[in-house]
Order: sequence, then C-alpha cells, then structure tokens
Amino acid sequence: MQSDAELSPQKEARRLPASVIFVAFVVLLGFLGLIAWGLNRAQSGPITVGQKVPPFQMTTFDGETISTADYSGKVILVNFWASWCKPCEQEALDMQKAWEYYEPGGEVLFVGLDYVDTEGEALEFINRFGITYPNGPDLRTAVSQMFRILGVPETYVINSKGELVYVKKGPFLSLGEIQGVIEQALAQD
Amino acid sequence: MKKRYYLPIILLSIVLVLLSRQTVLAQEPTPFVSDDQVNALARELYCPVCENISLDVCPTTACSRWRELIREKMAAGWSDEQIKQYLVTQYGDRVLAEPPRQGLNWLVYILPPLFFLGGIFVLVWVLRSMKTPRAAVEIKNPPEHVDDPYLRKMEEELKRKSE
Repeated sequence: MQSDAELSPQKEARRLPASVIFVAFVVLLGFLGLIAWGLNRAQSGPITVGQKVPPFQMTTFDGETISTADYSGKVILVNFWASWCKPCEQEALDMQKAWEYYEPGGEVLFVGLDYVDTEGEALEFINRFGITYPNGPDLRTAVSQMFRILGVPETYVINSKGELVYVKKGPFLSLGEIQGVIEQALAQD
Repeated sequence: MKKRYYLPIILLSIVLVLLSRQTVLAQEPTPFVSDDQVNALARELYCPVCENISLDVCPTTACSRWRELIREKMAAGWSDEQIKQYLVTQYGDRVLAEPPRQGLNWLVYILPPLFFLGGIFVLVWVLRSMKTPRAAVEIKNPPEHVDDPYLRKMEEELKRKSE
C-alpha cells in the first residue's frame, strides 16, 4: 500500500547543534580533569621517611631569615607547635633542654614553626618555657603544607644528607626520646 | 618696642596650644570596638585550624584569640581590608570565606554561572522541542483506485450507514 504512496519527509526531531554538544563535552571533561588534578594534589602523601626534604625558609620572630639550604650537612629538627596547643606545652621544656644539649656541638639545628597562632601568645609561650632556638610563624602555612602536618605538635628530623629520618606526631614524652632520635640521625652521617 | 614682644608671645601660645592638644590626644581612650563589629568581619573569615567553620561562630580558644586580634587591629584603626590581608599573610588564603579573584580561583566564579546558563539553554531547547508537534505522516497523491476487497467492503458499509 505505502509503496504506492509517496511519503512526505518526516520532520527531524530538534537536536542540539553538534558544536554545542562538543563544547559542552570539552568543558565537562576539562572540569573533571581539574577535579582529578586537585584531588591528586590533595591526596599526594606527605614527605615520607627516606625522602629528600625540599629546602624551605622561615622568618623568626626576631626578624632573622633562616634557610635550611644554608644548613646542609647538619641534622635539622623541625618542630611545629602553637601556643593554643596543650600537648605542645608538654614537650616544650624537653625540647629546650635538648637544644641546650646539642647547641654547643653545632651539628644540630632546631627550628620551631608556630602554626596558625597569634604573635603575642606565641611570644608569651616562648618566654614561659625559655625557648632559645630559632622560632617563627609558619607564614601562610607554607611549610606545614609541605610536610602535610595533621596537627600540632609534630616534629620532623632531617639528617645531614637532607633526608627525612624521623616523624613524630604528638608530643615527645621525655628528653631521652628526643636525644635518641637525634643520635640516630647523627649516626647516619 | 611692644611689637617686638608680640611675635614670641604668639609663637609661645601656638606651642602651648599644640602641646596641650597632644596631651589630650594621649589621654584619649582606645576606641571601643563592639562584638558586632568584630563578628561582622569575622563572618567573612574562616577558622584556619578547624575547617569549614566561620570565625564568628567558632568556639575554640584559638578562634577567640583571632577575634580578639581583630578587635585590637580595629581599635588601632586598621581597615577591614588591612586586617584581612594581615590574616592572609599569616595563615594563607584559606582564612577567606570568599577566595581571592586570581589564578585558578577564577574558576569558582566562572564555572557555576557558566553551567547554570548551559543548563538553562538545554532546558529551553528541550521544552521547545517538546512543544513543537511532530509532522504527521501525510500520504501525498493517494492512489485513486485501490483494489482491496476489504477497503471496498468498508467503504460500501460506510456509504450505507450514511444514507
């Protein structure tokens, strides 16, 4: 029957132009790529033991700039703390005693990085515990982000080759514990 | 002779007036900054330690110190922008409730409206295509004579009924 009939061409269903679909896909893929990049960056692990620690700079509360690159060949202890952190108080005295023990030898550098704190309270903390090793704010949390710290206190020990040799999350419980870690790092020379 | 004394006297008076003004300024109390003023700015900032908590409602000791810091800076005559900049320098961009319009942060401002407009465009397109009826299948030049017994019977039946 229809073979005899001449059918009018059926109107095609309205579809989005191919260019619009293409652009939408490109934008979507770009967006997904960006999310993937961000997630990858956020989840890339912290510097692990055995890895080289990139050099970093800090400015102390006294205005002195310290660059770890200038201390290659020395063991560096990096301690993240804050005046609002109670466990930091627990280890502050032992940390200072350890510094007093190693400072004369000149083989070890202690660096205190004050994590998101107010300067007045930070200085009060330093005075209260008589801390004399270089201390300064972790400006823009640049260094703590590099180490991807989870909280304070956290301590990182870098050996003379610039490799991370020890990570302590939480406070040291005794002077002996700090000395043990540093001796281990010194022994790797 | 009298005129010779006028100048030192006038100068001395000016100095005394200035000195007394300075004394008054030194005695002026620190301007009062209310909690509302502090919180208005703190609302635009986030706690740098506890994530996703606005500084004005953050209950931690650290946050109350930062609010106090804001109060001190306000009392010292700092503008909101200066205080924000100071906090950014100390703790990074993450303290800002509104990310600064620079670099990749622009995506936060550009992509949502872009996706929204794209969505509106697709929605309008789909709705319009739903409203436009599809053209019916038309048979052009229908055959004048179809030799189909069934059709013939149907036509006869219809004719009979219409009479």
